[in-house]
Amino acid sequence: MIHILSENWQTFLTGFENTILCSVIALFFSLIIGSIFAILQTVPSKLVRTIANIYIEIFRNIPLLVITMVFYVVVPQFFIKLSGFTAGTIGLTLYTSAFIAETVRAGIKAVGVGQMEGARANGLTYWQTMRYIILPQAFKLVIPPLGNQFINLIKNSSVLAFVAGFDLMYQGDVIASASFETINTYLVVGVFYLILTLPLSYYMRYLEKKLA
Amino acid sequence: MSMIEFKNVDKYYGNFHALKNINLKVEKGEVVVLIGPSGSGKSTLIRTINGLEDISNGQLIVNNYDLSDKKTDMNKIRKDVGMVFQHFNLYENKTVLENIMLAPRIVLHKDEAENKKYALELLEMVGLSSKAESYPRMLSGGQKQRVAIARSLAMQPKCILFDEPTSALDPEMIDDVLDVMKTVAERGITMVVVTHEMGFAREVGNRIVFLADGEILEDDDTETFFKNPKEERARQFLSKIITHK
Repeated sequence: MIHILSENWQTFLTGFENTILCSVIALFFSLIIGSIFAILQTVPSKLVRTIANIYIEIFRNIPLLVITMVFYVVVPQFFIKLSGFTAGTIGLTLYTSAFIAETVRAGIKAVGVGQMEGARANGLTYWQTMRYIILPQAFKLVIPPLGNQFINLIKNSSVLAFVAGFDLMYQGDVIASASFETINTYLVVGVFYLILTLPLSYYMRYLEKKLA
Repeated sequence: MSMIEFKNVDKYYGNFHALKNINLKVEKGEVVVLIGPSGSGKSTLIRTINGLEDISNGQLIVNNYDLSDKKTDMNKIRKDVGMVFQHFNLYENKTVLENIMLAPRIVLHKDEAENKKYALELLEMVGLSSKAESYPRMLSGGQKQRVAIARSLAMQPKCILFDEPTSALDPEMIDDVLDVMKTVAERGITMVVVTHEMGFAREVGNRIVFLADGEILEDDDTETFFKNPKEERARQFLSKIITHK
């Protein structure tokens, strides 16, 4: 196992870097997009709620690989050419944002109608109430399930391997087919994923305890 | 102008007729107590005054704003009309002091130093100066309700609505809250109070409005109502509530 790592160090490292880069970008944007759609699902306007719901149901119920392929194959035919990395990161972002939207929405619903009524009766507008009262409490409630989504996101970034995104999984495939050392190679790949996901998992637990 | 005026107001929940032809005037500085059996529409009625419930028919004027007009901005009414709830509804993510200071800061854009000074004064008035930095979850029910009253007062409202403010409290906490409510009345703030506390109604209320099945059956000054209620339902209600004390 060690020799596979030392002989292909540079290749693994490139993959590791791309996986981190893709995960950070997708995490950042899926959190923003997901939160926006979560809020849109709770506004008084039925039309807006329906639109938000359609978005969520589409991206939640289509396989990640299919969404990614759309951006890798279909979009370039009609609009602009996207690299495998870009197509994969967009696919991962949209896919994850649907799950984050559902998670955050559950948090907003869990805060309780009394907080909204108390704030509105106190003179705050709907959006002020959301910003100062509801969302801070909602995010605190959903830290554990959000942590799960983040971990899933990192693992799901392996979808880049299918579209030549040069991530960890892709580089693993390259090394494995050149060296024929499949078992050792994929073991190293697995360890690299653990280096990312285990600390995140423990950090989320710590955060959950600290904010409880 | 009256502070609050209902003119032939109806409210339906689907087919259920929750408020029936309500006509009611509350003058500035008056303390009006709404009583009646549960399900009589007291809470629904009080919640229409600041637009937490909309009305189906009729006209409702609060502080010169017409609530029956869809274009009326509810936020404007709520600046001048506070509310105290049965279950307090304090901001769970804010300290006691922040609970009181938030709305004056972001709604009225009050000067920060002045806002804090007034908030601390109010906390002293409700006897909770030592709890300024506590979170609502650390307080007892009676303490929470006193903070809720202070939060409402911080907006310097013309009127405060009290929706069963002592119904969720342990008996020994009730007097502290009622005492604070008396202080509010002494400040000349218009009050509409839904309560089962007949002692408070008698002592502080100027008028008693008795509701049953969504209708106002009796609207009298406090003396007359307690000495000689006209309606049979009101008499029955009073005898039940007084024998239970």
